[in-house]
Amino acid sequence: MKFDDWRKKIYESLIRKMPERRPAFQTSSGIPVEPLYSPENPAAELGFPGEFPYTRGILASLYRGKFWTMRQYAGFGTAAESNARYKYLLAQGQTGLSIAFDLPTQLGMDSDDELARGEVGKVGVAIDSIEDMDRLLDGIPLDRVSISMTINAPAAILWALVIAVAKRRKVPLAKLQGTIQNDVLKEYIARGTYIFPPRPSLRVVTDIFEYGGRAVPNWNTISISGYHIREAGATAAQELGLTFANAVCYVESAVGRGLDPDDFLPRVSFFWNAHNQFFEEIAKFRAARRIWAKLSRDRFKAKNPRSWMHRFHTQTGGSTLTAEQPLNNVARTTVQALAAVLGGTQSLHTNSYDEALGLPTETAATVALRTQQILAHETKAGDTVDPMGGSYYIESLTARLEEDAMSIIRKIDKMGGAAAAIEAGYPQREIQKSAYAAQVALEKKEEIVVGVNEFRARETAAVPVMKIDERPERDQIRRIRAFRKKRKAAAARATCERLTRAAESGENLMPFIVAAVEAGATVGETTLALKKVFGEARHERTL
Amino acid sequence: MTAPARVLIAKVGLDGHDRGAKVVAMGLRDAGFEVIYTGIRQRAADVVRACIEEDVGALGLSSLSGGHMANFADVVKELKKQKVLSRIHLFAGGVIPPADQLKLRKLGFFAVYPPGTSLQTIVADLTSRLKK
Repeated sequence: MKFDDWRKKIYESLIRKMPERRPAFQTSSGIPVEPLYSPENPAAELGFPGEFPYTRGILASLYRGKFWTMRQYAGFGTAAESNARYKYLLAQGQTGLSIAFDLPTQLGMDSDDELARGEVGKVGVAIDSIEDMDRLLDGIPLDRVSISMTINAPAAILWALVIAVAKRRKVPLAKLQGTIQNDVLKEYIARGTYIFPPRPSLRVVTDIFEYGGRAVPNWNTISISGYHIREAGATAAQELGLTFANAVCYVESAVGRGLDPDDFLPRVSFFWNAHNQFFEEIAKFRAARRIWAKLSRDRFKAKNPRSWMHRFHTQTGGSTLTAEQPLNNVARTTVQALAAVLGGTQSLHTNSYDEALGLPTETAATVALRTQQILAHETKAGDTVDPMGGSYYIESLTARLEEDAMSIIRKIDKMGGAAAAIEAGYPQREIQKSAYAAQVALEKKEEIVVGVNEFRARETAAVPVMKIDERPERDQIRRIRAFRKKRKAAAARATCERLTRAAESGENLMPFIVAAVEAGATVGETTLALKKVFGEARHERTL
Repeated sequence: MTAPARVLIAKVGLDGHDRGAKVVAMGLRDAGFEVIYTGIRQRAADVVRACIEEDVGALGLSSLSGGHMANFADVVKELKKQKVLSRIHLFAGGVIPPADQLKLRKLGFFAVYPPGTSLQTIVADLTSRLKK
């Protein structure tokens, strides 16, 4: 029997008697979902893991060698408090660090800046100086533990602080491993922590690529992020398309400055979201590998296979967590994390069940880490490579997501690339439309979120909520003021002036930034030295 | 016919998460309100000035960064200083722990909407306050 015969003779006669439970089935990206997938659905380009276009994985053995890195994003209060949380997580079996900075740090402000009031140490740790970074990394072996830092607009400065601490401790820079997010384009689109306008920001990204290749060769110089684009409301296909359009922009800016793609592409990494639509998410990770391999080889003309390999971190979907019946979030996070594992992620963060209410408590953060350990050790999901490969449905979705993402990239190419599209507000508006459509679907109950628009409990069992008080802010302000008194102010000032001149001249800024923070310039002062030349980004309010 | 009720949706402080703020703004607009959205990273004084210039009947503040107590209190202080607190209905939304929701209500917010709140609820609340 052919698929079409089955569909007409068997399926359609059945649903005349027993109607389907909804008028149409589709994924988050609007891809129609058929009742059945069969060998007649296209499943081209399967290939093998470790072989172009890497649909099935970049590494032939994947988790049979070692599990993904379990990397829980954490940080709050002062450097000393966050350092204690990192040591706790490492003692619990976490295998890499992921540093969350507070908003003033992410915006290049010192903790005593007037605009920082009330935000110091809230969504992450407050870091103002080399002394803070030293304390944050106290007792962490920098040559063995990889450090991921969610830092974008001032990525060069926070990275320089890590480099400065490593130099103090005589750790060879070639041994430093880690990642800076450094994806400033998505800040204008979705996340909001931009400082400078897009064009000078792109220049700093290129400086980082160039310096990293030369001085810190095992550091991932960027983690191009679909995560926040998805959180802001994008569909899975938009997450892929808009993120890769940003990637094209970074690569082409660097190539435009004369960099050889093979010198920096092997250190380019990605960061994806894992939402609830299980099969679409698995297909998304597989499509991402294929898209990147083709872009790198065919568009950027990279020759080194390491440049073609798409390495990525995944975090489960924060916006899928509900404040209602928060323990249900453990189930959501588990399914999302399993999708990431089946999609072959290199590292993973699982959210805590209480994050729609506040920052995670230690109990909730531990359950989140344990979820990963259960997936790794108890489910055996990692015992074979690309276990979903060859599924008619998964292969069909993978192909369709690739197509849809490529058509978004082509559209942005026609607009003059990602920077121009962002200046015109295009990605922002597309995401907003999707976010609103998703909300309307909830209002109409076309989509159900358990505990939110259906299956509500009369009373929600209360879970303890983490409370961050104002004390860390006061402590941190005292620390930064004491630090400024103690350092050699003239030396700090002189290095900042040299940095400003370098920004005017077009030289690579990284050596100047490292010199500045080593001399005791603060995050705020270093940012200001750049602002003098680069100016500040405008706040768009596309609505 | 009466003029449509006007609402300002604002982000104060450093928080850049504005999906919720924008979705609420779009939902209120679809429900017939006239909505102004400030964009992110506004100062309290700017928000209050916009409230006065735009002559709004309600002000919605959004925060997901944990900075809500300090930032929202600044706005309330400024509304008092400009003597407009009594004529503007205040509401808030975002990731705001239950204990702080209570404190904000004492500060004068008629509602604090957590993630998962339906637009219908917000529209109904504002309609009953603004369209009487």
